[in-house]
Amino acid sequence: MSFFLLILIYTGIYALMAIGQNLITGYGGMLSLCQAGFYGIGAYATAILTVTFGWNFWATLPVAIGLSALFGLLIGLPTLRLNGDYLAIATLGFGEIVRNVLNNWVSLTNGPMGIQRIPMVEIFGFQINPYRKVAFAILVWVFVVALYFIFKRFAKCRLGRALMAISEDEIAAGSMGINVTIYKVVAFMLGASSAGLAGSFFAVYSLSVTPGSFQFMTSVLVLCMVVLGGMGNFKACILGAFIIQFISYLPQLLGVTNLVPAQAKQVFFGLILVVMMVWRPQGILGREKFTYVKKSAKGIQEG
Amino acid sequence: MGELLTIDNISVDYGAIRALKSVSMHVNEGDIVCLIGANGAGKSTLLKSIVGLVPLSEGEIKYKGELISSVKHKVSTDNIAKRGIALVPEGRRVFADMTVEENLDMGAFLVKDPAVIAKRKKEMYEFFPILEARKKQKTRSLSGGEQQMMAIARALMSAPTLLLLDEPGLGLAPLIVQEIFRKITLINKENNLTVFLVEQNARMALKNSTEGYVMENGNIVLEAPSKDLLVNEKVKRAYLGS
Repeated sequence: MSFFLLILIYTGIYALMAIGQNLITGYGGMLSLCQAGFYGIGAYATAILTVTFGWNFWATLPVAIGLSALFGLLIGLPTLRLNGDYLAIATLGFGEIVRNVLNNWVSLTNGPMGIQRIPMVEIFGFQINPYRKVAFAILVWVFVVALYFIFKRFAKCRLGRALMAISEDEIAAGSMGINVTIYKVVAFMLGASSAGLAGSFFAVYSLSVTPGSFQFMTSVLVLCMVVLGGMGNFKACILGAFIIQFISYLPQLLGVTNLVPAQAKQVFFGLILVVMMVWRPQGILGREKFTYVKKSAKGIQEG
Repeated sequence: MGELLTIDNISVDYGAIRALKSVSMHVNEGDIVCLIGANGAGKSTLLKSIVGLVPLSEGEIKYKGELISSVKHKVSTDNIAKRGIALVPEGRRVFADMTVEENLDMGAFLVKDPAVIAKRKKEMYEFFPILEARKKQKTRSLSGGEQQMMAIARALMSAPTLLLLDEPGLGLAPLIVQEIFRKITLINKENNLTVFLVEQNARMALKNSTEGYVMENGNIVLEAPSKDLLVNEKVKRAYLGS
């Protein structure tokens, strides 16, 4: 049971990142591969502020979100002029830079040793430590649900419409009066901040952070979740997070870890992606259709 | 009738190649101005420079007397759209995965009042009845002519003062081209909308416009009322094939 709760908690943490990735890739059509970088920034922001400066976890949350959004802006402004593969490579590079900085800036991050003994989360004096898995799972999933509704709201309003137009044709979108740069950067910042939030939760769940947790593979997993569930559908990317996490832990669940090498799951993910691309490129659930102006238009016809 | 768009001595470079060489022209309010020329003459580059998609290396462009592009100062594409210049881009560039209706909604991105959007959409459906019949269909499934009409309707959704059309007849059957040009003239008359179009189909363009420019190798070589160009010997020989 406790193992299922662990999967549930990690699914929640990854779902936060996947929701952000969905806004960037599913709506904006930007192939970004650096959610792990923002995840790391969020995690280290919480770790450093709580351990070194003695802050409360809740106070570090806005800092983690804001800091990853700020880095989203800094990396977004120059790289979002790039398209497709070029953007993927540039963002991949950024993710690796973050990990290398975390690894080498020893005075701040304690290098490869990481930061240990991160204080546990408290709500009104009730400690939510990693041993109270039910409470922690509820905490994470409250944030997942909240983020889901917030991001869905973003996608339904002008931002979402603009992103859909941009992802289809930037020149046409520009001549409709859509400021391509601003909308892309805003989407990128929002997506980055969701990963920062996930990082904070990761820090207080594992109670220690090391640079090794923010590998490139993490970004790929998040992207897989979005593609598998269905791009442009927030529910689907949460479903994708479930499936990918479940498969990740399948050898442990079945008790066959001594038979299946840990790397086998990467082969399996690759296989899933190839099969999906061939048989169901829109993902399991497919794109979610919003009606933007219709409601008001109908009101006029009736009135 | 004042001057709406003034292009003053502009040059555009693509790397080492000069695509436009000190081009000057103007578009008067209420006119349909056409620019004809062969492939690669620089016609599309000129349109792109008006909407800020390519930077100028010389000269300046003014719209309603305000500077919208020069070497140092460039208004962004979305801001030019906000000022009332709508572009129907070359190759239509429709949002293929959206329905016709969603495309039209997109065209009205700058309009915030849903009542205004609904009213304009209704006007567009009256003007292009085929679009009403197709409104729930993905634009991908439309024929080339229908897509072109939709691209024009989408541009008109923002109620522009100046409509720029890049090769509206490209790749379409002659009858459809005729239909599209008929619609363009109608929009010009009914809404007093100024139109600037770039076209390879010289005869069609000159027949349906008031002023004409001829472009060759990045230079404007002729400028006259369209009806004069239609009988001009040089134009006849080079572009009208008679």
